[in-house]
Amino acid sequence: MLEIKNLHANINGKEIIKGLSLTVNAGEIHAIMGPNGAGKSTLSSVLTGNPAFTVTEGQVTFNGKNLLELTPEDRSREGIFLSFQYPVEIPGVSMVNFMRTAVNEHRKYKNLDPISATDFLRLMREKKELVEMDNKLANRSVNEGFSGGEKKRNEIFQMAMLNPLLSILDETDSGLDIDALRIVANGVNKLKSPDNASIVITHYQRLLDYIIPDFVHVLYDGRIVKSGGKELAYELEERGYDWIKKEVEEAAI
Amino acid sequence: MENKTIIAETNSKSLSLAGVGEASYIDLYKQHHESIKKHSAAVMNDSRDASFALFEELRFPTTALENYKYSDLKAALAIDYGLNINRIPIPVNPYDVFKCDVPGIQSYLFFVVNDAFYPTMDTKALKLPEGVIIGSLKEIAETRPELLKEYYGKLSTSKKDGLVAFNGAFAQDGFFMYVPKNVQLTKPVQLVNIMRSDVDFMANSHNLIILEEGAKAQLLVCDHTVDEVRFLSNRVTEVFVGEHATYEHYKLENTHTKTTNLSTLLIDQRASSNVIANVITLHNGVTRNTVEIDLDGEHCETQLCGMVIGDKNQQVDNFTSIIHNKPNCNSHELFKYVLDGFAKGGFTGKLLVAKDAQKTTAFQTNRNILLNKTAKMRTKPQLEIYADDVKCSHGATIGSLDETAKFYMQSRGISEPEARLLLMFAFTNDVIEFIRIPALQDRIKMLVEKRLRGELSKCEGCVICQ
Ligand SMILES: Nc1ncnc2c1ncn2[C@@H]1O[C@H](COP(=O)(O)OP(=O)(O)OP(=O)(O)O)[C@@H](O)[C@H]1O
Ligand SMILES: [Mg+2]
Repeated sequence: MLEIKNLHANINGKEIIKGLSLTVNAGEIHAIMGPNGAGKSTLSSVLTGNPAFTVTEGQVTFNGKNLLELTPEDRSREGIFLSFQYPVEIPGVSMVNFMRTAVNEHRKYKNLDPISATDFLRLMREKKELVEMDNKLANRSVNEGFSGGEKKRNEIFQMAMLNPLLSILDETDSGLDIDALRIVANGVNKLKSPDNASIVITHYQRLLDYIIPDFVHVLYDGRIVKSGGKELAYELEERGYDWIKKEVEEAAI
Repeated sequence: MENKTIIAETNSKSLSLAGVGEASYIDLYKQHHESIKKHSAAVMNDSRDASFALFEELRFPTTALENYKYSDLKAALAIDYGLNINRIPIPVNPYDVFKCDVPGIQSYLFFVVNDAFYPTMDTKALKLPEGVIIGSLKEIAETRPELLKEYYGKLSTSKKDGLVAFNGAFAQDGFFMYVPKNVQLTKPVQLVNIMRSDVDFMANSHNLIILEEGAKAQLLVCDHTVDEVRFLSNRVTEVFVGEHATYEHYKLENTHTKTTNLSTLLIDQRASSNVIANVITLHNGVTRNTVEIDLDGEHCETQLCGMVIGDKNQQVDNFTSIIHNKPNCNSHELFKYVLDGFAKGGFTGKLLVAKDAQKTTAFQTNRNILLNKTAKMRTKPQLEIYADDVKCSHGATIGSLDETAKFYMQSRGISEPEARLLLMFAFTNDVIEFIRIPALQDRIKMLVEKRLRGELSKCEGCVICQ
């Protein structure tokens, strides 16, 4: 589904992603862990087409298409979804209007007519229930004044509404209380199918008890430096990253 | 010697000779003041010569004046406009031309064509509440002079402003509204100003609005230009809001790019009165709005807001002044601009809190979005606070669209243009939220959206009304 080969990307001339490769197939869940500043969020930004970042080398294909050529909106319509580490507040744009516009843009891309008012309301209700989102939140401006946890839950709600093929969850677990974590993870699991895939970026093994990954990768200094099964997450939880950094340094000598 | 166009017969320039600019208007007044007076009313004529003398002294304002720094009117005032001093009826039936109703809005509808109040079909059929008088300023000045005497010119003649003085010299008619004590109009009053002429044309109208103690009224003023000629409208509106009275004033401009709209709104608020003034420029040519609100009693509430959407070479300057003369009043001011193309915006927010106006709360905000590098915005808060126990704040920002928010929307599949539109619409939305007439709010939302989509830019007629 997603194939990243030797990706290099920078921001304002500063190279952050330094030759990263990763393959994700349909039906798989990949966890990406790694120290602060390693480039995990940068990778999500590059995959979703954030114009702040410049790709200098490498290829990314998504279901056979050259992803890097697509606009951010077309990447979304093709089925890529990012749950932002820091969701953005948009005062004055209501959640309802925002979601209706997004859903209809996705439909238009598939040559479908705009969704009817009743279908839309039903869809909203159904997905709100899935993530147990408060009705009041759906009636407010996008993320405006939402608590940290509410924003994260809203990301998963949007993901449920858009039903992506590849979802990238960037630290969706941070800022969530134990109950919210379970609800969000449940939501993710319910949306899981053999046709879609997820990349879960996290610092904590705890989330991976709920969302069980097929692969765990360590991203360090702009590259994937180690990959393994879910037991790698436990090892990282226990031992931290120093031994990995050491391994990388030794390999470089 | 004649050196100014006077509309002497319908659709023709019969007294047209070369000569433009101030000097020609001064000559015109000197030669024709008898006709001007003959076609107006005594109450209005009483201060006419004094206004003219003041205009001779002040002349038209230029950007050299502090209060007109952002209003470059030179080109607009240099045009040779015709004036309809002899009050030749302009052949238009506004009721035919404009099916003027904001859907769902039940309103009392009136027209001013150029600068003449258009005789309403049947005032009785309107079923205005007992004692309410709405009509031609000139006519009511003739038939009920005692109603106006205390009010006409009381706010305007003391202004050291060339445009206001000019209006005092040349205005012969306008809109008049009187709402007696404790009478509340349950429907909004809609005043549609139509500019209609076959030659370049100048209209000087004077509106007078009186709300007695405990009265309530909402006025929606719409400005439209019909013909392709160049128009200049120089309008002065005086509003007296009595104790415990509530007045809402919505000015909505949707005119073509050849229009110069100079509008001075002067409001006097008495104790415990409540006023909303909302000045929206959807589409225009050159616009100068002066809004001055004096709080002359305690416990007044004032909400002054406005919005500008400008592109092409449009120019909009909102000069506002709120003066807190008495303690315990609250004022809230909010202006927002979205500028594109080569548009020029100006905003001045003058706020004066007098020495004994203690416990004043006054907030002022001006936020502006420039969509490109060629649009220009200049903004100036001007606070003079002489009382010490007050809560005042002001803020002005000039920025571009929030790129992070735009990317967030795009990442949900929303196209770039649509994301921009949603952000611009969200930006202007809180000004629309201040409109207290729900049907008007909906209508303006729709018009703003159309405007932002660029579907209103070829506006010539009354988009509001058709
Ligand atoms: N706008 C920017 N300008 C300069 N450097 C930046 C910018 N944005 C990110 N960086 C740098 O890029 C590097 C990678 O940042 P990134 O956000 O991708 O890290 P991360 O792995 O997601 O970290 P965390 O675990 O803290 O979320 C960091 O060193 C960061 O300071
Ligand atoms: Mg990060």
